[in-house]
Amino acid sequence: MLSNIGIGLIVLVLILSFLTIYAAYLDLRTSSQYIKKRIYQLSLLQTTFTVLSFFTLIIGYINSDFSLINVYENSHTAKPFFYKIAGAWGNHEGSLLLWVNILVIFSYLFLVFNHKHNKRFRLYTLIFQNFLILGFLFFLLLNSNPFNSIYPIPLEGLGLNPILQDPALAIHPPLLYVGFVGCSIYFSAAMASLISGYGGKLFAQSIKTWVKISWCFQTLGIIVGSIWAYYELGWGGFWFWDPVENASLLPWFAITALMHSLIVLEKRNTLYSWVIILCLLTFILSVTGTFLVRSGILNSVHTFASDPSRGIYILVFLSLMIFSALIIFFTKNKKETFNFNLESRETFILANNWFMAFFLVTVLIGTLYPIFLDVLSGVKISVGPPFYNIVIIPLVIPLMFLMSIGPQFSWIKSQNKFFYKTLFLMLGAIAINLFILYFFGKYSLLSNLIFTTAIFLILHSCFDVKKLFINKNKAELPRIISHLGFGLLIFFIGINHQFSLEEDFNLKVGEIKKTNNYEINFKNTETKESKNYTAVIGNFKLTNLKNNLVQYLDPEIRIYSNPETLTYEAAIKTKITSDLYLTMSNISRSDYYNIKFQNKPFMVWIWISAIMIALGGFIQLTLKKNEA
Amino acid sequence: MKLSISKIIIFCFVAFSLFVFWKGLKKDNNYDTTELIGSKISNFQLIGINNDDRYISQEDLKKNKFTLINFFASWCAPCRAEHKYLLNLSDKKIKIIGINFKDKKNNAMNFLKELGDPYDFVGKDSNGKISILFGVYGIPESILLNSDLIVIKKIVGPIDQIQYDEILKLAQ
Repeated sequence: MLSNIGIGLIVLVLILSFLTIYAAYLDLRTSSQYIKKRIYQLSLLQTTFTVLSFFTLIIGYINSDFSLINVYENSHTAKPFFYKIAGAWGNHEGSLLLWVNILVIFSYLFLVFNHKHNKRFRLYTLIFQNFLILGFLFFLLLNSNPFNSIYPIPLEGLGLNPILQDPALAIHPPLLYVGFVGCSIYFSAAMASLISGYGGKLFAQSIKTWVKISWCFQTLGIIVGSIWAYYELGWGGFWFWDPVENASLLPWFAITALMHSLIVLEKRNTLYSWVIILCLLTFILSVTGTFLVRSGILNSVHTFASDPSRGIYILVFLSLMIFSALIIFFTKNKKETFNFNLESRETFILANNWFMAFFLVTVLIGTLYPIFLDVLSGVKISVGPPFYNIVIIPLVIPLMFLMSIGPQFSWIKSQNKFFYKTLFLMLGAIAINLFILYFFGKYSLLSNLIFTTAIFLILHSCFDVKKLFINKNKAELPRIISHLGFGLLIFFIGINHQFSLEEDFNLKVGEIKKTNNYEINFKNTETKESKNYTAVIGNFKLTNLKNNLVQYLDPEIRIYSNPETLTYEAAIKTKITSDLYLTMSNISRSDYYNIKFQNKPFMVWIWISAIMIALGGFIQLTLKKNEA
Repeated sequence: MKLSISKIIIFCFVAFSLFVFWKGLKKDNNYDTTELIGSKISNFQLIGINNDDRYISQEDLKKNKFTLINFFASWCAPCRAEHKYLLNLSDKKIKIIGINFKDKKNNAMNFLKELGDPYDFVGKDSNGKISILFGVYGIPESILLNSDLIVIKKIVGPIDQIQYDEILKLAQ
């Protein structure tokens, strides 16, 4: 029943997509200045049906309707209600439906909210967006249909991978999807802009909001994924330079560059071609990332989503997208001349772009090179944290320096009036760094430079906040918050990296282990039955030998029944100054448990500063036009 | 569209990348080291865990009829589980070389003190690079060599009763 409704709705959306393209094409030939009402109606209808199809799938999950293969494979009656809903996008087919939803919703919203802009530009955007929608609809119907039915109907489902049954991971995909699929709309808009000749400043205004929305969601999505990895994977780390994480970073670098160049395009009416390239690149990288993750060409934590037959489809789609983008760009793009003064804000914004481009290329090479080498020569290599740390970290130093002083310059040309302030803040930053170095321990020259520039950026941002209160000019607020967030992020990651404590050992119940000012007493274990798993909980008493502070931590080993899996839940005691992190895992055929104990300073501040970066973007969205 | 060298280069580059992706879809993604069976191990030099002057190389292994090389670490839980089989193999006069993988010396010594030392020689590999030469990608792993230094058996994961019996049978 649900299967038929779902497929019916998808087919309707497909037909509406064709109709929209046709109607838009006809409307392009009329001389009227306004888009026909019928096109709005078609687009609205399309949005309604798409959203309904997604609700149909969610209803299938809520009611545990195992006549749908998708529900049968990814859900179970014993699953908590919240995860039943989240199950709808916790798998390939369901997430693809979510993907289509975002394409369609963004298509409609872009059409409606840009009513002041040129008609031809909007119609072309609608046409290109609908081509994208069609591509994904065919993929959904032919290869990855979430509404495929199964007969005879199974009595029970196979369940969702327990490691995914987590609040952070339930919201991680939707956030990332709004971020990544949201890029589609300015991919279409960029193509439309090239064809209709509607470029420059006005084009920048038309896509500005959409770029910000997708940037915010991408940033937030990446952070949530990272938080999840921290407390769920049980390694105590939060970024692993895993190929799939990299796949999510690639569009992020492109979109961050785009967001900055877009300001130049809007203010100075220059860099148009570069903005177009970034618009196209961001979505192309999103789809490339999807291809890498879903096709199984990479091996990583996200392999639950892989299947080579999907790979072929996405690859064909990707090829069509790239080649049509290239052809249209090369045919329509006009030469531009630039006239930038070295001491102007636009120069520094361009500098941001150089850094983003560098990071993008580094991560792209690190991610793709092993694949290329393996495919072409059969040699297997793995590119991991050492490569990224060596190549990327030193470059963060000049980036942070420029992030501090760049915004001090004004547009076109500025008199350098802030030299003494910069010098003063730099000396302050050096002093604070030396203070940390003197009182808390030695670290390398590179770390010294990182701390100093991070503190410099933080100080600079704080002074900017002060200036903001004097000038009462809210427009700078989002930038300051995001830049301040970035400075804090690097600072706390540095501190965390420098002063973390990690111990690995084996312990039996009743044993006590003394290590680095901590006494760890493994008191006992108990078992607890929960709705869909049984947990073995270890009770640990932790005594800080320095101040005799006692804390109790209880890491768990969870035994899920559907599907049968073991997961290890870390016990984390978060304080303002540090996190205590304890995991235990059983050792087969032994009374011993493997214990991993970590003391990670300022962990919570890493999250707070990362969220600040995203927050800046959200604040920008709420600012009214005259304020921004 | 006017064609120019730069445009052609960009097109070729994109086409090449997409081609590699397409080829990549067909390759087998499971990392499999069973193909190492029958191959000869490369030359190596293993420094003893005590950092003293003792070291062994491929020449020393040629003297043994069979050598079992076992990769272990004190932090590795399954290593603990397989340890009693190693002790038994050692009792059966099988030469065992231990390679201590990404471990601290003191922890490794305590590990052997606690569980017993089945190894004729323990080499250190604190950064894991030597283990890569042997095609090891996770521990515990063990490889059985004959006197020609040919790999005749490879065990990925802990040795259990079945593996233990097979090693004894092969080494008879």
